[in-house]
Amino acid sequence: MRFAVTAEQRQFGAALHGLLADADVAAAARAWATGDHEPGLAIWRELAKLGVTALTVPESFGGLGAEPVDLVVACEELGHHPLPGPIAESIAAVPHVLTTVATAGSAGATGSAAGLAADWLAALASGDLVATLALPPLLPYALDADAAGLVLLADGTALWQATPQARLESADRARRLFEVRPDQPLAPWADTEPALRQAAGYGTLASAALLLGAGRGLLEASTGYAKTREQFGRPVGAFQAVKHALADTAIGLEFARPLLYAAAIALGAGATSTARDISAARVACAQAARHAARVALQVHGAIGYTLECDISLWLAKIRSLSCTWGSQSEHRAVVLAALGQDGAGPWN
Amino acid sequence: MNLDPDPRAEEFRAEVRAWLDTNLPDPPLPSVNTAAGFAAHRDWERKLAGARLAAVSWPRRYGGRDAPLAQWLVFEEEYYRAGGPVRVGQNGLFLLAPTLFAHGTDEQRDAILPPMATAEQVWAQAWSEPGAGSDLAAIRSAAVRTDGGWLLRGQKTWSSRAAFADRAFGLFRSEPGAERHRGLTYLMFDLRAPGVTVRPIAQLDGEPGFAEIFLDDVFVPDTDVIGAPGDGWRVAMSTASHERGLSLRSPGRFLAAADRLFRLWQRTAAASGSHSGSALGERVADAWIGARAYQLHTFGTVAVLADGGTLGAESSLGKVFWSQLDVSICETALDLLGPRAEVLGRPVPDGDWAGSYLFSLAGPIYAGTNEIQRSVIAERLLGLPR
Repeated sequence: MRFAVTAEQRQFGAALHGLLADADVAAAARAWATGDHEPGLAIWRELAKLGVTALTVPESFGGLGAEPVDLVVACEELGHHPLPGPIAESIAAVPHVLTTVATAGSAGATGSAAGLAADWLAALASGDLVATLALPPLLPYALDADAAGLVLLADGTALWQATPQARLESADRARRLFEVRPDQPLAPWADTEPALRQAAGYGTLASAALLLGAGRGLLEASTGYAKTREQFGRPVGAFQAVKHALADTAIGLEFARPLLYAAAIALGAGATSTARDISAARVACAQAARHAARVALQVHGAIGYTLECDISLWLAKIRSLSCTWGSQSEHRAVVLAALGQDGAGPWN
Repeated sequence: MNLDPDPRAEEFRAEVRAWLDTNLPDPPLPSVNTAAGFAAHRDWERKLAGARLAAVSWPRRYGGRDAPLAQWLVFEEEYYRAGGPVRVGQNGLFLLAPTLFAHGTDEQRDAILPPMATAEQVWAQAWSEPGAGSDLAAIRSAAVRTDGGWLLRGQKTWSSRAAFADRAFGLFRSEPGAERHRGLTYLMFDLRAPGVTVRPIAQLDGEPGFAEIFLDDVFVPDTDVIGAPGDGWRVAMSTASHERGLSLRSPGRFLAAADRLFRLWQRTAAASGSHSGSALGERVADAWIGARAYQLHTFGTVAVLADGGTLGAESSLGKVFWSQLDVSICETALDLLGPRAEVLGRPVPDGDWAGSYLFSLAGPIYAGTNEIQRSVIAERLLGLPR
């Protein structure tokens, strides 16, 4: 056993951090919220050069076929900054769905669907294509369908290529939600259901990593602010009430992270505990991120309650993301069901 | 990065499990905080030591197995899974021994560690004083130079196990007039030496789990100083960081508690299918998630230590986390038990929750209150101003 990220994985995360710190992610998120996707997509293309969009695309389709741990490293950084776009969908979930379609042409997908899927996978890997997915009831809307070159819908009857319909306002202005209408069938339901369950696992894991990263971003912003903002003649970070709230945020993030990486390991190994581990990670990461959001807002005070302040980008992201890819209650139920099956001890 | 079980550790797990199955006392031992119970726990420790299980990570010459930390974690998992007795020697094993390994002499280790492993000598800690609790550096008890050693004068309090233990360790002001953490010396003393008065204190459960110690010119030879005279704060902090960190609260304890809680929930609330059953189920899930998080985090710490890293202020993160987790596990159990929750002892097969709950309430206080820990986290890890 060795439960530590490798030096290579650490360098990958640091490279992404460097790229995103230099890019104006906040401006890109604000532009994205108005429907101007170009600055955000420009950052996606830069990330593609570092391999981010190719991580979960198999090597046989032009991707990297990387381990879920690498996906988690990347998504934690993308949440850390916080990048707009259908990240969990395009980078984590969709490649799995498409791989099944591309490789299972014999099992019911039409020949042309298999060819299309293979082309889409290559385009996803290179960063030329951004994809999104509606997967009701888990994901009732297609996120950022107006920025995506490919919109999928899996609705219990089939996997479809879909067309965006009406747009809904999200509490996170940088998340643009669309109702979708089925268009072209790509594969019958029976052939894609197992892949969709797997894809949902990847998407949920990615969402947990995004949430953890967002929580980290807020802790850093709040700590920085508390060191410089003065009241009563001293930095507000010198007051114990502020210190202790930020310490609790740090504790929440510190103990959510190992669950996240353990879930990635389980998913990569196809372990029987995978569903339990992903749900446990998701509960802890969402909880830690929500706590980080509450504390960040409180530490910033009124300035934090403005759209102008950059922490609003994380606050909105956490509020929305922590409700998609399954609720806290649903994930706790998954954990309980697994414990009922396998027992709750460390020896199981 | 992987979580693959180490084959040697799993072999060891099987050995420990089999040994505990055969040897665990049945019925359970009487409370460690009674004279008879203390003696019974001493006997149990001797038995554990006989199987070289009392301190598996120690060198063989002191009674250990030279086992890596990963195997110690396995031992702890199995010990708590089986519901093994309270470790009466834990102050010595987990607080003093690490200090001796880091700062003691060979002579001290040879003399102290083997009888510690067999519980022939049981140790109490003597950190706090009436005026020095969270503010440990306010210590006033003095060590006064005399021929061949020191005379201890003053008062220690909240000394765990002191009511029945043999010896104690703590910090004393050895340089008169020295302020705060300067001029302190780390000393060991005999609780039955002339000049020592031990006054047991009844804890919330009515039992004397700790005591006051009055010291009236108690002689301590130079050989019972750990580290250099005057350097006691630095020496003690290495122990304090062990107490907060890896050694005192192993993940096995919380995983076992979460497991018992899960089974209690299955038999009670879940079986009733009620709405409150599902609300409590969410808390049960959170308890398991927390225990698992603590276990995985510890695996990460083992990797850090294996790479030659050290634990500093990071150990404060864990101390707050496990102590809060412990309270919430126990509170959830009380809510599941309802009116039976107030009954002491074991009215339900899954353990003495009323007793566990009381014990859990001490967690956020001892080994540095959680408020002190949060300030440590904020100042040393987050860099906030003092």
